[in-house]
Amino acid sequence: MTVGKSVNRVDAFAKVTGRAEYTEDFYRPDMLVAKYFRSTISHGYVKKIDIEKAENLEGVEAVFTYKDVPNIKFATAGHPFSLDPAYKDIEDKLLLTQNIRFMGDEIAVVVAENEIIANNALKHSYECGGKIDEALKNSDYVTKGKYMTPMVHHCHIENHISYAYMDDLNRIIIVSSTQIPHIARRIIGQALDIPLSQIRVIKPFIGGGFGNKQDVILEPMVAFLTQKLDGRGVQINLSREECMIGTRNRHPFHIKVKTGFMKDGTITAIKTDAVSVTGAYASHGHSVASAGGSKQSCLYPRATLKYNAKTIYANIPVAGAMRAYGSPQILYALESNIDDAALIAGIDPIEFRLKNIIKKGDIDKLADKEVLSCGLSECLIKGRDLISWDKKKKEYKKFKTGNIRKGLGVACFSYASGVYPICVEIAGIRLVMNQDGTVHVQVGATEIGQGSDTVVAQMVSETLGLSFKNIFVVQTQDTDISPFDPGAYASRQAYVISNAVLKAAKLLKQRILNHAFLMTDNNSKEMDIIKNNIVLKENNKFVLSIKELALDSFYHKERGHQLSAEVSKKTTANPSVFGCTFVDITVDIPLCKIKINKIINLHDSGVILNPVQAEAQVHGGVSMGIGAALSEEVIINSKTGYIHNNNLLDYKMPTFTDVPKIDCHFVETFEPTSGYGNKALGEPPTITPSPAIRNAFLDATGLKINSLPMSPNKLFDLFRENGLL
Amino acid sequence: MFDFEKYIKPETIDETIKYISENSDARLIAGGTDILINLKKGKFENLTLIDIHDIKELKFIKIDDNKNILIGSGTTFLNIIESDIIKKHIPMLIKAASSVGGPQIRNIATIGGNICNGVTSADSASSLFALNAVLILKGINGKREIPISDFYLGHGKVDLKETEILIGFKITPNNYKGYFGHYYKYAMRNSMDIATIGCAVSLKINHGVFQDYRIAYGVAAPVPMRCLKTEKAVINQKISNELLNKISNMVEKEVNPRTSWRASKEFRMNIIKELSKRVTKKILISVGEKI
Amino acid sequence: MFQEISFILNGKKRKFNIDVRKSLFEILREYAGIKSVKQGCKVGECGACSVLVDDVLIDSCIFLGLWADGKKIKTLEGQAKQGKLSKVQQAYVNEGAIQCGFCTPGFIMATTSFVKKNKQKNVTIDEIKKNHAGNLCRCTGYQNILKAVKKSLRN
Repeated sequence: MTVGKSVNRVDAFAKVTGRAEYTEDFYRPDMLVAKYFRSTISHGYVKKIDIEKAENLEGVEAVFTYKDVPNIKFATAGHPFSLDPAYKDIEDKLLLTQNIRFMGDEIAVVVAENEIIANNALKHSYECGGKIDEALKNSDYVTKGKYMTPMVHHCHIENHISYAYMDDLNRIIIVSSTQIPHIARRIIGQALDIPLSQIRVIKPFIGGGFGNKQDVILEPMVAFLTQKLDGRGVQINLSREECMIGTRNRHPFHIKVKTGFMKDGTITAIKTDAVSVTGAYASHGHSVASAGGSKQSCLYPRATLKYNAKTIYANIPVAGAMRAYGSPQILYALESNIDDAALIAGIDPIEFRLKNIIKKGDIDKLADKEVLSCGLSECLIKGRDLISWDKKKKEYKKFKTGNIRKGLGVACFSYASGVYPICVEIAGIRLVMNQDGTVHVQVGATEIGQGSDTVVAQMVSETLGLSFKNIFVVQTQDTDISPFDPGAYASRQAYVISNAVLKAAKLLKQRILNHAFLMTDNNSKEMDIIKNNIVLKENNKFVLSIKELALDSFYHKERGHQLSAEVSKKTTANPSVFGCTFVDITVDIPLCKIKINKIINLHDSGVILNPVQAEAQVHGGVSMGIGAALSEEVIINSKTGYIHNNNLLDYKMPTFTDVPKIDCHFVETFEPTSGYGNKALGEPPTITPSPAIRNAFLDATGLKINSLPMSPNKLFDLFRENGLL
Repeated sequence: MFDFEKYIKPETIDETIKYISENSDARLIAGGTDILINLKKGKFENLTLIDIHDIKELKFIKIDDNKNILIGSGTTFLNIIESDIIKKHIPMLIKAASSVGGPQIRNIATIGGNICNGVTSADSASSLFALNAVLILKGINGKREIPISDFYLGHGKVDLKETEILIGFKITPNNYKGYFGHYYKYAMRNSMDIATIGCAVSLKINHGVFQDYRIAYGVAAPVPMRCLKTEKAVINQKISNELLNKISNMVEKEVNPRTSWRASKEFRMNIIKELSKRVTKKILISVGEKI
Repeated sequence: MFQEISFILNGKKRKFNIDVRKSLFEILREYAGIKSVKQGCKVGECGACSVLVDDVLIDSCIFLGLWADGKKIKTLEGQAKQGKLSKVQQAYVNEGAIQCGFCTPGFIMATTSFVKKNKQKNVTIDEIKKNHAGNLCRCTGYQNILKAVKKSLRN
């Protein structure tokens, strides 16, 4: 049995030895570097652009401006193509623009022998005019009774990087740090108006994405440049500073929630109005706000729900996909509001939730389908126990006045396991047996660090009866080779691929047993594969080893063939996943700081395929959630659109010393629509730390803080307003 | 690649002084944690770098015959943290040194660079202010010594004369013997951060009475500073909570924090006031005083 | 601006004629074929390019290549011997301390230097955290890295 075991990652050796090769680790002798010239104003128009000086600089290969690029607007959001025009992504991006929409917009690009020459060319050659007006609505929203979440950034440690060149067939090859190689291929084709078959996208190891690489940002440009420069290699390697303004961020949200409930604590209605700010371009803007609403819709399924959302443009950096895609914003508001309601009702927040949350058998109204697996109540009950809720509540009664306050908080979430029925859900896998009886696996599912290659190998091993170490996953996605799969987003990979893996592994197993029949005359139905051997089902008696069988299948002169199986499968289910965060905090009023004493995340993600790796996903998500709760915010000057903190020193993502011990617990259910009983896990852990901490803060201080992050600056203002300082 | 124009690597202090006098717009590089970053960010053009990274004469921590503690400007924060002399005599400086950035930065950044940058947030500055550190400078016209409080002229501006280089710091025994000190860095993260406010206190206590009291701040004004009036009012006073509150109210009148996108003046003031009490109290408790 | 330098790289003496404007990060990647040093910020904020210079942990991106002259440089490539992982590497594998792997080389070098200094010492969790705080990781929340460091200290 391999599923459910904490096997080591299939890429662990490569990653601890430095052998794992990321995009920057590939080198072409002819490689040039390209650098964007970005606007220094947030709104306006390029009046004049003089590139002659730059072009004549030694070492400069070429300069292109908005005048040189195809006049084709394309959408950058990494969604599967939609046959339904109503679900088409918004096409508003040109490769380079004359019309400046935010500070950092791409006006021109310099291609040079090295970075210094490119930078110098940028320095000396441009004048750009325009007007600074258009006040930014975003950063100054402060409204009472509303909830506000700021722009935050992904901070994957590897910045965006892509390079392109042209191959022997005159096709464009793009190597890129992307979550979505197959989608990138389609969008590059669209942006440059060239057939998809002329493009090959390769994704090597990737240093994190968290949604920011679910957008096609550099790929069309490097493809364009190599095409213009007769196939020479051209690389764009964004600096951290560029990455933090020129890629994507999380949408800031302004949310109003009204919750209606009866005296006995039954929630009757929840009305949510959300305004999402997508920044200068649409990217995922149209879908993030709706996803945030739909994914929380089954949390309190017996209440009447109304969800309105608007998405607005603003002259600030572009927002896109980011871990949990709208849910952290919406659930921060909803779960804060639920706690306020519980307070008014005079009911313990856990009891209040237990009374109202979804249970197995409830109808998910949006999907109009019965919920087949749900362990949310168990999560709440278990969490109450683990954090010693009742005991601590009593103990903390004496910490409700004075400089040091203490409190407990909880918040719940629901999420999904994919994007169906909004988009297609499709996954592909190819299993190929080697001469030595091991199996190579090719998948379109994109490994971005979340561990999908490892769990795919576990699933294959489980069903085939081969040892985990005998399953080799090809750890590169390549659109020429990998079966079609749209990529890593929506926490979908392990769930959506599960049925494809199951089907393919069963198919290969059948073929193996058929060959065993040819070799032994035992009926294939009477045989099984256990621990790399063919055995008789009735008594587990050894028949022959897979190794012998594989050799025979390849080299016997008459019988057999190379054994393989390939499956591409669409999924038409999308089970919800559930969970909650419990947190215990201390608030230091004079120093305006929140300290987390204990934090526990509990998850129902169906069957846990690999407990250690699953916990690791939770750790990362919770830590990102803590950052968003307490310190992270892209700070925008509201007059100019200037970003103050686009670097890792001034943007306060948590360091090792800022993250408390994170506890994690799984309530395992079995999801019948999944190949191995598993559901989504990747994104959800990041959703509820913010509202749980906000609710604990309410418990500790009696104050509602309805705007993130709950940073010292903000706490100071709140304490001042309320006479605590 | 760092975009500098000219690179000079002297072997000695005197050679360095010669090169500085020949290249008036040159910049010295020691640990590089500041200048290399600024180079990367394009803050300099056609820069001449004089590299003092490997000059051994600038790397020392020692006590001379008069019990002065001498710290070379090329001493890294790692050297300070690991120094038995510092550990024994001025542990507050260890606290300050270990609050700088992260390990990689502390392992290479120098105390001389930290001070010569002239920024108010320098973590070592407030402690050196509280210790009445004296700076030893050398130029073409010879050596001179000045107190650290005179060295800072304004934000990013220090009193380094045209051909001068900072050799090191001198802390005389009357400024550390019998003193207890502590440094507290208030920042938005626990590591890898710039101080929102830095507070260093050094004090001498006898039978519950302050023999001496020094309180210095970083980021409370354009340059690091001491609150001299407050200090004067504390000397010869008995330890009490009322006195702590008085300190907190008095420092408010001496400091001059400003509003930036990082934090507001009012918020910084709140932290300045609170830290005066907490840091003082922490020292008192650590030496067994009751409060 | 070229100059000849030499240093011991993972136990082997190497000579290079380098552009003095290059960082050690660039020397290692471009001249020495060392790819484990990763670029996350290039300004000493993330630690992904960490290496040991005479056993001292530094960010190679803000370390002039020239400064390596005559020194002993250790990178991740030199940690495994004959296919056998170092204890620190093995601890990272076993404790699930790796996800995307991009920060891993820098972290392993940080732990390697920390473990060497603190063998058989009783170190606190806060000390472990403080001495790894120059390396940022967004995937793991540092939890399993902490376990890996603790395990490395025990072995």
